[in-house]
Amino acid sequence: MYNSIVMVKQVPDTANISGKVMKDDGTVNRAKLPAIFNHEDKVALELALQIKEKYGGKVTAITMGPPRASEILRDCLYMGADEVYLISDRKFAGADTLATSFVLSEAIKKIGDYHFVFAGRQAIDGDTAQVGPQTAEKLKIPQITYTEEIKEVNTQKVIARKKIDGGYEVVECKLPVLLTVLKDIVEPRPFSSKRVMAFKNAKSLMDLEKLTEENSLLYIDDLVHEYEERGLLIKTLTMDDLELDPKRCGIKGSPTKVYKVESVVLAGSSQTKVEPTKAAMGELVDQLMTDHIFG
Amino acid sequence: MPNYFTDNNDMQFNFNNLDLNEVVEIAEDNFEQAKEFNYAPTSYEDAIENYKKVLEIVGDIAGNFIAERAAAVDEEGAEYKDGEVFYAKGTEENLKQLAAADLRGMIFPRKYGGLNIPFSIYIMAIELISRADASLMNIFGLQDIGDTIMKFGNEEQRQEFLPGFCTGEYTGAMALTEPDAGSDLQAVKLHAYQDDKGQWYLKGVKRFITNGNGDVLLVLARSEPGTKDGRGLSMFACYGDKTVKVRRIENKLGIHGSPTCELQFNDTPAQLVGSRRFGLIKYVFDLMFRARMGVSAQALGISQAAYEEALKYAKDREQFGKSIYNIPVVANMLIDMRVMLEANRVLLYNVARIVDLKEKLEEKIAKLKEEGKPFGEENLRLKKLVKEANLLTPIAKYVLTEGANKITYDALQIHGGTGYMREFKVERLVRDARITNIYEGTSQLQVVAAIGGVMNDVLGELFDEKEKKEYTGGVATLVNHLIEIREIFRDCLKYVNEKKDPAFQDVASKELVELYSYIFIGYLLLDQAEKEPKKVFIANRYVLTSLANARKNAESIKDGLFNDILHTEKILA
Repeated sequence: MYNSIVMVKQVPDTANISGKVMKDDGTVNRAKLPAIFNHEDKVALELALQIKEKYGGKVTAITMGPPRASEILRDCLYMGADEVYLISDRKFAGADTLATSFVLSEAIKKIGDYHFVFAGRQAIDGDTAQVGPQTAEKLKIPQITYTEEIKEVNTQKVIARKKIDGGYEVVECKLPVLLTVLKDIVEPRPFSSKRVMAFKNAKSLMDLEKLTEENSLLYIDDLVHEYEERGLLIKTLTMDDLELDPKRCGIKGSPTKVYKVESVVLAGSSQTKVEPTKAAMGELVDQLMTDHIFG
Repeated sequence: MPNYFTDNNDMQFNFNNLDLNEVVEIAEDNFEQAKEFNYAPTSYEDAIENYKKVLEIVGDIAGNFIAERAAAVDEEGAEYKDGEVFYAKGTEENLKQLAAADLRGMIFPRKYGGLNIPFSIYIMAIELISRADASLMNIFGLQDIGDTIMKFGNEEQRQEFLPGFCTGEYTGAMALTEPDAGSDLQAVKLHAYQDDKGQWYLKGVKRFITNGNGDVLLVLARSEPGTKDGRGLSMFACYGDKTVKVRRIENKLGIHGSPTCELQFNDTPAQLVGSRRFGLIKYVFDLMFRARMGVSAQALGISQAAYEEALKYAKDREQFGKSIYNIPVVANMLIDMRVMLEANRVLLYNVARIVDLKEKLEEKIAKLKEEGKPFGEENLRLKKLVKEANLLTPIAKYVLTEGANKITYDALQIHGGTGYMREFKVERLVRDARITNIYEGTSQLQVVAAIGGVMNDVLGELFDEKEKKEYTGGVATLVNHLIEIREIFRDCLKYVNEKKDPAFQDVASKELVELYSYIFIGYLLLDQAEKEPKKVFIANRYVLTSLANARKNAESIKDGLFNDILHTEKILA
C-alpha cells in the first residue's frame, strides 16, 4: 500500500490562443484564455493511479489556485483520485515559485501519510520547473526529476528511470520521495463515466459560498454538511487552516519581481548561404559564437 | 482537440431537443436508483446532464484517439494466425480506453456494472464511434448481445454474462448466418442437442460472423430435430472456448478492423436462452430492432465523417483561382449532403426514441403484471409503438444506409482524383459505408419488412394530425408540398392494390416505402424548423427534393415501367 499526493495546476491553454491575449502592458489577459488541466500533471496523476492499482493505497490530488481551480480537481475525481484538496486564499495570489512551494509543502505536511508526491515537470504557463524541486526541499525529502518510468517499488525504496541530456539514468531512492514526470511517458486514462456522473456536482467551500451569495435562502453550514454527506465536498485549505505566516505567502512572500515584459516577434531579416565545406562551417561557428548564439 | 459530440452543432441541437421523459422515468424507477448508486440521477434534468457528460467522454475519445488510430487500423486490419484472431493494435487500444471510461456496458442495469443509459443515447454513442472508426462499431456496438441475455435470459445467466460485458472483459458476437442461411434465417441448420443430464451442446458451422472470435456468442441453432422452418430454432449462449474453432476470417472491402469469422462448433457446451422454439420468431426478431438501429447509427457516423472531409477539402482546394467551395456545382453537392445528413439524423433519433419507449413500456408492463396491477392503458400504447417500430426501424435502416453510400460517393467525387488515392481518408469511408446497406438485412429486405406497415398506413393518424397543425416560422407552404406527396402516395397505393399482381407489388414496394418515408421525415424536419431558423433551409430543400422524387416514384409505378418484369428471361438472355 502506497499513498500518493499529486500536485496539479490549472493553466491557461496556451496552445489554443484566440482573441487578444496580451494586454497593452505586456501581461497576459487570462480571462481570454480557456483554462485547462496542465498536461504533465495529468500524467503525474496517471502514474499515481497506476501505483494504486498495482500496490493499493490512496491517491490525493491537491491544487493551489483561485476557486475556479476546483474544475481540475473534479477532473482528478473523474480519473480516479480518492480525495482532492483546493488550496485557495486571496492572500495566496501573486505567488512566485518560492511562495507557491511553501504553501504546497505546508499543505502536504498537513495532509500527511504519504509515500509519494507527484508533480508534472513544469506548468505550461510559467515553464519554470521549480515548484516540484522546491517543494521536495521544503519537505526535506529526496526528489527524482524528469521521471520517465517507475521500474520498481518496495517498502524501502523506488527505482525509477529519469531522463538526462543524451540518455537516461536509473536511480534508486528511499521513500518518501517526490517525483516530477515528463509528458509522454504514459497516456492519462479517460474520465470514468461512472465517476463523472457521481462527482459532477462536487463543490469546494468557495463554490458553495458563491451559491449562498446568489440565494439568500441557502446557508453555508447546511450546504457544507449536505455536500459532505453526499461525498461531494471538495476539501478546502486556506491560509488560516494551514496556520501560515502571511509574510511567506502570495505576493508578500515572493521575491521574484517581473522587471519588464516584452513581446518578441522572431523574424528572419536576411539569408546567408553556407557552402558545405570545412572552412565555411568554421566561419559559421565563429560567427554564431560572436553573436552569443553558441557558447 | 476535436470532440465529436461538442463540435457537431446538429447533434447538439438534436440532443438539446430530446424528449426522453418517460423513457428515463421507467429506466430509473422514478429515480429510486439514486439511493443505491451514487452515479444514478436524481431527476430528469440530472439524467440528461449525465447523458451529456457521457457523450462528451465518447466524443473526446472518438475525436482525439480513435480517429487518430483509424487509418492504421484499416491498414493493419484484424489478423488470423494459427487458428486465432488478433485485433489490430489500434483496435486493442480503443477497446481498452473505452473500458477504462466505463463505456463497454452502457445499456445494462447498474446492478451488473452498467450505466443504465437509454438506447437513444447509446445510438448517439455508436454514431460518434463510427464517425471515428466504423469498424470499431462492430465490437463496441455488439453490447446488444448482452441485451438479449438481459431481456430473455434468466437471472443466473444475467449474472454470469453481463458484468463481463460491462468491465470490457468480454466482447460478444451473434452467430446467426450460415453458408445456406443468410437473408433466409429459417434455413439455419446448426444442430443443438442435449445429453442425459439436460446439458445443451452445439455442433455445426456459422459463416460471416462479425467478431465471431468474441468471448460470448449468441447462437441461433436447430434444437427441434426434424423441423425445417423458423419454429424449430432456439437461442443459445456459449463461450468462445476451444470447442469453437475459427476456421478463417474474411478478406473484406472495408471495416478491416472488424474480424468476420467462419466458426465451427464442435460439441460446444451452451445454455438455452429463453424458451425453446422462440429463437428466431421472437428473440432474433427483437434483437433485430436494435441491431438495425446500430447499423443505421454506424451509417450516420460514416456519413458525418465523409461530409466533414468533403467540406474541408472543398474549402482548401483551389482551382480556377478560387476554392472549389465557391463553385456553385460543388456548393450544391455539399448542401445536398448536409440536408441528407440532418434529415437522416432526425429520422434515426426519432426511431431510436420509439424503440426505446417500446422496450421501456414492455419492462413496465412486465413489472405491473408481476405486481398484479392493471396495465391496459400501457398495453394499448405498446401495441401502437410496436407497429411504429416495425415500420420505422427498417425504413431508418434503408434510408440511412443508402444515404451513407450516397454521401460517401459524393464526398469522394468532390475530392476528384485525389479522393481515389489511399492517402486520403475518404476512400476508406466509401469502402466502410458499402457494407451498411447489406448486413443486418439488405436494403431490399428492409423494404420487404416495411411495406406491410406502409400499405396499412400505420402513420396515417400522425400525418392527419400534422396536416391540421398550423406551422409557423415560414414553413407553412412546405406542409402543402407534404400533403401533395401524401396524395401521390395514396394514388400509387391504390394503383398497386388494384393491380393485384404480387410480382409487381414486390418491385413497386421500394417506391411506396420511399414515398412514405418522405412524408415522415418531412414532418420531423418541419417540427425542427419551428424551433431553429436555420432548419428552415434544411426542411425546404428536403421537402422540395422529396416532391421531385415523389413524382419520379409515382411515374415508375404508374407508367408501366415495371411491367417488363414478366419478360425477365427474354431481356436477360
